[in-house]
Amino acid sequence: MSISQDGNENAAQNASKSAAAIDRARAQGRAALIGYLPAGYPSVEDTIAAGIALAENGADLIEIGIPYSDPVMDGQVIQAATTEALAKGFHVREVFDVVRGITSKTDAAVLVMTYWNPVVRMGVDEFSRRLAEAGGAGLITPDLIPDEAAEWMAASDKYGLDRVFLVAPSSSPERMKRTVDASRGFVYAVSIMGVTGARTSVSSAARNVVAAAHAAGAERVCVGLGVSNAGQVREIAEYAEGVIVGTALVAAIRDGGVDAVASLTKDLSTGLTKEEA
Amino acid sequence: MVRLMVDAPAAGSDESAVDAFLQGGRPQEHPAQGEPSLRHAPGPYFGNYGGRWMPESLIAALDELEDTFEKAKADPEFTAQIADLNKNYSGRPSLLTEAKRFAEHAGGVRIFLKREDLNHTGSHKINNVLGQALLAKRMGKTRVIAETGAGQHGVASATAAALLGLECVVYMGAEDCRRQSLNVARMELLGATVIPVTNGSQTLKDAINEALRDWVANVGNTHYLLGTAAGAHPFPAMVRYFHEVIGEEARAQILDQTGQLPDAVCACIGGGSNAIGIFHGFLDDPSVKIYGFEAGGEGVETGRHAATITLGKPGVLHGARSYLMQDDDGQTIESHSISAGLDYPGVGPEHSYLADIGRVSYEPITDSEAMEAFRLLCRTEGIIPAIESAHALAGAIKVGQRLAAEDAAGASDKIVLVNLSGRGDKDVATAAEWFDLLDQDSPEAEIAKEGEQL
Repeated sequence: MSISQDGNENAAQNASKSAAAIDRARAQGRAALIGYLPAGYPSVEDTIAAGIALAENGADLIEIGIPYSDPVMDGQVIQAATTEALAKGFHVREVFDVVRGITSKTDAAVLVMTYWNPVVRMGVDEFSRRLAEAGGAGLITPDLIPDEAAEWMAASDKYGLDRVFLVAPSSSPERMKRTVDASRGFVYAVSIMGVTGARTSVSSAARNVVAAAHAAGAERVCVGLGVSNAGQVREIAEYAEGVIVGTALVAAIRDGGVDAVASLTKDLSTGLTKEEA
Repeated sequence: MVRLMVDAPAAGSDESAVDAFLQGGRPQEHPAQGEPSLRHAPGPYFGNYGGRWMPESLIAALDELEDTFEKAKADPEFTAQIADLNKNYSGRPSLLTEAKRFAEHAGGVRIFLKREDLNHTGSHKINNVLGQALLAKRMGKTRVIAETGAGQHGVASATAAALLGLECVVYMGAEDCRRQSLNVARMELLGATVIPVTNGSQTLKDAINEALRDWVANVGNTHYLLGTAAGAHPFPAMVRYFHEVIGEEARAQILDQTGQLPDAVCACIGGGSNAIGIFHGFLDDPSVKIYGFEAGGEGVETGRHAATITLGKPGVLHGARSYLMQDDDGQTIESHSISAGLDYPGVGPEHSYLADIGRVSYEPITDSEAMEAFRLLCRTEGIIPAIESAHALAGAIKVGQRLAAEDAAGASDKIVLVNLSGRGDKDVATAAEWFDLLDQDSPEAEIAKEGEQL
């Protein structure tokens, strides 16, 4: 199995929508902002509108989560949102409508964040084909490690999709290298040992994880988990290529709808400029 | 380098090996040369099943656990510790009891019960929790967490934690906590903290989700004491290892008492830990047919059941690829069973493999069939079984009747071994309600309506 290394100058890498979006931000002397929204919360239409609002107010990449019955990496806020989306009858195929709805109106790279079983159920190849057709950039896979990803490696190569694996403070140097090598687009650095949810401060572990990923050869590392305000964005923008905000945006859409997502995104984006730039 | 999913041994050779097994033949200590042994399968893969479908954050902990477990298995001090606890704390070896009056209802074959109900804490669960708690100590962890449905694994975990001086936190669905308040009290008496889980469907699978979230956040000092032979590698192979003693003892005992191997071995399957424990002793004995009985709930045609292998499709949940009750979107479907211990929408990956290669037959048993077998064992043998184990008893009746139908004259020479995985004290209120034994105005009737398991 051939693996495109993050940073390789091959065709697939050149086609990476996520890498291109991050590189555009980098050319502007700043880190990229990545915003997460769960599909179908509070409705598919709202997710599309909020995704467009994200892109229009400073997000470079958008991460659309598929609501899943057993979200072991998510904290209370996202669980409550995805549980509600499922209760309202969300179907996995609707994620492609969300992706298409956003990519047809904006230039943002749109990734899907999904636990693995819904992809397995649809068929990895079929899911990948439909995601590519919808204009999607790739997948972020919180419970799929490269060791188990043979099918996804093949499908993502076939359809030119980014595969964003996670690295954690607990990742050994060997695993860091393997995961960086298997990733395309960027590497998702988990800032702390824990699940999603806003936290008052960003753990110092985040900086170390990013450094380790860079040392393992990653060109683009984005930090997620616990990031909720512009101050935290500013802190991370100093050492990472991108900053991922999830729970705070979900709380915003819950409490204030699309307008709240727009204003929070605008505020978060003020933290993106690197101090030294 | 990406590790491809290993499909080993190759399916073709497996099938022929199993075909050879199934053609029967004399009992033997070891499989004939050239036939791959099914015993001691090390994982991470069992055919296409198993693996590690887990967040990267937990992979280091799984690696540490695997390393510790492999070293412990090879360490005489560890195996001696296990043997000592099994003998002097759990009360092993558990008895093998012939159930002569019960057997009259099973076509007249001979039925033997492996008495895991007589272990300390009342079920097979103690085998696994003692082993894992010792491993937790070896890893220098000071805290164990566990999931529980009805509370049996939670009670066993709290017991092992108390014995070995570990902090213990048990996650339990909020609905289960309410229904099983006495088991909550039992865990608290043993020093454990019980945390009600209000997420998702508030059942066992959500308790596992919450335990995994705790583990991610506290993995430095915490071991996740998973209660069944499922989950990410090394859990399926490791949990089986600690339960292999059931099959080893039973095989020696049946040979001692009857001079021959059983014709069939029966066990109930939820996640499948008691079953894999007893099956393991007989996997390489081609003359022994092996049966796993899943919870058919109100009937597999009703959709309200937990017959994962019978009706599920392969998928990934809680760290392993295995059969799974799921909808067309890959969302986990809630399971239903009168037996809380079998009420789980997944199953251990080794069982999925043994089903696919045909070495073990998996069949559903309905709530009604299980409860009839429950009452029958009470009245014919003076043994109140766990409702989980009653599924194996109901299956044994069917197997016995089939054996008799094939060869009526030889029925009395046929031997069926049943794993009586637990005792039914906890199920008395459920059974009393089922059989309408309670005075409608009694406080017990009120408790039973709420599903209380005493």
